[in-house]
Amino acid sequence: MTRVVVDVMPKQEILDPQGQAVLGALGRLGFAGIASVRQGKRFEIELDAEPTTEIIAEIERAAGTLLANPVIEDFAVRVEP
Amino acid sequence: MRIGVITFPGSLDDGDAARAVRLAGGEQVALWHADADLCGVDGVVLPGGFSYGDYLRCGAIARFAPVMGPLVDAARSGLPVLGICNGFQVLCESHLLPGALIRNDHRRFVCRDQRLRVENVSTAWTSAYEPSQEITVPLKNGEGGYVADDRTLDELEASGRVVVRYLVDNPNGSYRNIAGITNARGNVVGLMPHPEHAVDPLTGPTLDGLGFFTSILTTLASA
Repeated sequence: MTRVVVDVMPKQEILDPQGQAVLGALGRLGFAGIASVRQGKRFEIELDAEPTTEIIAEIERAAGTLLANPVIEDFAVRVEP
Repeated sequence: MRIGVITFPGSLDDGDAARAVRLAGGEQVALWHADADLCGVDGVVLPGGFSYGDYLRCGAIARFAPVMGPLVDAARSGLPVLGICNGFQVLCESHLLPGALIRNDHRRFVCRDQRLRVENVSTAWTSAYEPSQEITVPLKNGEGGYVADDRTLDELEASGRVVVRYLVDNPNGSYRNIAGITNARGNVVGLMPHPEHAVDPLTGPTLDGLGFFTSILTTLASA
């Protein structure tokens, strides 16, 4: 079984209130040296076939259509070794 | 005039939207997310709520509901569509309106009566208002921060497509205090505040919201 991972992150210019909440909590807990936090999403997709170029292109299309909103988010698709 | 109100699993304000249509003098038609067509309605309201539990992103799954296929096509051909709160999120996810709604900048749910200025009174849904009229309607959202890139925001402002703007203070971090916008044609309008909750003195803070629902009837009658 091959696993494809899609990472989705808010674009840099878009405010990330969740990341800011996590940053604040880390500071209150005393974790030092952390300058900023941004929170995204990770999708793990299991394939029942070999990850051909066509299948990866299909997953990229799914990521841009549903998994991420390209207006506010960037995404990256990779095959897990 | 027949105005459809679409109910998705998790919609909350479909009942109030239907009631607002009736109080304005229209005939409301209940549409279901799984419907294959729009039953020949003259306009559509996408109501507030938490369609599909807000999973993935608000409106992201509703955008692909069966009824949305014909709705997106019809909206692009000029069918009047009003998206309120979750309905606004669905319109942005559908790319019928630019930008997106994200979590409130202060990270708390906000629920209050909100002062607004109506800045565009030439849309299908706002013709009943006076230019720059100030209104008060309820606002209730956790993910109501309107965001878009600077180029999109500049274009919206320059073309008069900001329909309503927050007054007094910004309740959710929306860029440039934007509460609602329209498409270039003026038939599709989305806003976070809830005009359908301000149509009856028994339950609303004002009757200021009724204008959205009388506007569409006037627009359709003169079409």
